Amino acid sequence: MTWHAAVGSVGRVTPIEAPLVRVLADDGSYAPTADAERYLPLIDALTDAELEQFYRDMVVIRAIDTQATNLQRQGQLALWPPSRGQEAAQVGSARAARAHDTLFPSYREHVVTRIRGVDPLDIIKVMRGTSHGGWNPTDPANGNTRIYTLVLGSQTLHAAGYAMGLAFDGRTGTGDVEHDEAVVAYYGDGASSQGDVHEAMVFAASYDAPVLFFLQNNHWAISVPVETQSKVPLVGRGAGYGIPSVRVDGNDVLASYAVSRTLLDEARSGLGPRAIEAVTYRMGAHTTSDDPTKYRGSDEEQRWAQRDPIARMRAFLEGRGAAAALFEDVDAEAADAAEDLRSRAVTLTSPERSLIFDHVYSDPHPLMAEQKAWLNHYEASFEGSAS
Amino acid sequence: MTIESMPMSRALNAGLRRAMEDDPRVLLMGEDIGRLGGVFRITEHLQRDFGDRRVLDTPLAESGIVGTAIGLAMAGFRPVCEIQFDGFVFPAFDQITSQLAKLTSRHEGALSMPVVIRIPYGGHIGAVEHHQESPEAYFAHTPGLRVVAPSTPNDAYWMIQEAIRSNDPVIFLEPKSRYWQKGEVELEASALPLHASRIVRRGSDVTLVGHGAMVTTLLQAAALAEAEGTSCEVVDVRSLSPVDYGPILDSVRSTGRMVYAQEAPAHTSVGSEIAATVMERAFYALEAPVLRVSAFDAPFPPAKLEGTYLPDADRILEAVDRSLAY
Repeated sequence: MTWHAAVGSVGRVTPIEAPLVRVLADDGSYAPTADAERYLPLIDALTDAELEQFYRDMVVIRAIDTQATNLQRQGQLALWPPSRGQEAAQVGSARAARAHDTLFPSYREHVVTRIRGVDPLDIIKVMRGTSHGGWNPTDPANGNTRIYTLVLGSQTLHAAGYAMGLAFDGRTGTGDVEHDEAVVAYYGDGASSQGDVHEAMVFAASYDAPVLFFLQNNHWAISVPVETQSKVPLVGRGAGYGIPSVRVDGNDVLASYAVSRTLLDEARSGLGPRAIEAVTYRMGAHTTSDDPTKYRGSDEEQRWAQRDPIARMRAFLEGRGAAAALFEDVDAEAADAAEDLRSRAVTLTSPERSLIFDHVYSDPHPLMAEQKAWLNHYEASFEGSAS
Repeated sequence: MTIESMPMSRALNAGLRRAMEDDPRVLLMGEDIGRLGGVFRITEHLQRDFGDRRVLDTPLAESGIVGTAIGLAMAGFRPVCEIQFDGFVFPAFDQITSQLAKLTSRHEGALSMPVVIRIPYGGHIGAVEHHQESPEAYFAHTPGLRVVAPSTPNDAYWMIQEAIRSNDPVIFLEPKSRYWQKGEVELEASALPLHASRIVRRGSDVTLVGHGAMVTTLLQAAALAEAEGTSCEVVDVRSLSPVDYGPILDSVRSTGRMVYAQEAPAHTSVGSEIAATVMERAFYALEAPVLRVSAFDAPFPPAKLEGTYLPDADRILEAVDRSLAY
């Protein structure tokens, strides 16, 4: 099935056809495309518990994402970039990554980060202004998840370099998938125009670096449509670097999972980098500061609402006979997670002023010591003078 | 004590070699640095001796070099990047200033970024545009970076090793017009700290301060002044960020006069910053305002004009005369 045939009736059409891997139709029925055939054994091997977990991930994180948007609206956060609509692409790739893999997110990967163990509160810290990084990627609890990068595409070079290091150190490509490491670099259709993404693909290909470039094409870079970034499907770019690339329906969690798993295992086996274009849709605004009514129509949003990744997976599970209790349980967990996030978010306090100075350098630095001492002295001069 | 006479180019090569021998995690990367040994041959034979996984002939992309160096540092390496010429560093500016410089801070100390970026910089080699610039102020202005510039073969040998040992990113500016001048290198001595400035000539009337290739010019000016009866003290700043003000202030408090010389344009330059700080901290010791001798605030001109554009000993002496006239 081609990209035209897949979405031509419901949405905006990319001008040149590209094969698409899709397993679940919009209505949740099991209807693999021809290009999905090679991935079906991986999907057939998924247990009921795993399928339910995919659904649970999507629902719980959407509730967290919605809660974060609400917190911003209530003045508790400076900003929130919603992940709404991109849950299937993110759950599929994050669940496909193995525990020893390292993931480099951009800044909308709230689904990926939570699955890997990052506390959503750590992202709240970034958006509330109490921390730049939010979490420590070297803490095992965070599942080798690097921190967010706000300059678009910069992290793809870090991912490529990290993967080069894995190759140089022999931590990949031995043939043992349980130990061979790989890297996922997340970015979007807007970032795909950045020179750093191009350079990352050049370096990764030249050094056979085990990195999966995972592009979420959510169709909009704030207000600029994907057609301005590329006249051809973005999946086509990989071929120019010698990077095997696959286009997947990013609103189909099963397709996202199976293709990510396959390509990541290819990359870790020493075959070099791989790339995925996950075709999805940013259902919400770019961030809470954005107003999509200025640049896109509600008809388009409604068409994509019919392709909601959560509704699709729910219909699939219902078709397999999942009990109503499952969905009630997931909804309850989602509500609890959202409430838990709210209660903790509103209590986050400002960091100590020493944070300005303490970690600018790893080694001692005279200017930091001097200016920190001056600020402390200055602040102390006001103590006791308050009326 | 083992002392050898060698040009700065060979001293850098020897320093890099020793750093690679001392620490297997040190890795060199850059354009043409492997088989060719670099366009200035600073890395000559290092790929032959350490292999192409420790000396990387990278694709031709400066942002890619620094960006992947960051990833390699995250994977536990200590990358040393060569930027082929000063004017080619700007494609990597975002990775240096927004990423490399801020990652330790962004991680609240959980991540160190031991990356060295070597940049052959400065004029007096008669080259085409983009090959003779002095971009140090951009980097000295960026919190999170350390910026150093050796002026002698001995400093080059020791400072490159110290820079590689640093757990912070270091912009390592190599005065390329001095690559081929020989000097004595003390191969077994202990190194002066990376961020120390140093008095390199004693004098009593005026303090001359500068960095990189300009230190040699300052010494020439001091010799000429001596013949005319003016005694100049010369301070080699060595470290542009942080700046070690101790020897500079000591000297100014003794002479009461200071001239800063640099190849960079004056406006918001390292010399401007040091001049301002000296005036804040040694105001009552000064007999004259601190003067700056710099390139003009214009782009580096076609090479046939570089001798007019860049400060020389005569322009420094002109400033010495102005200082003494106060």
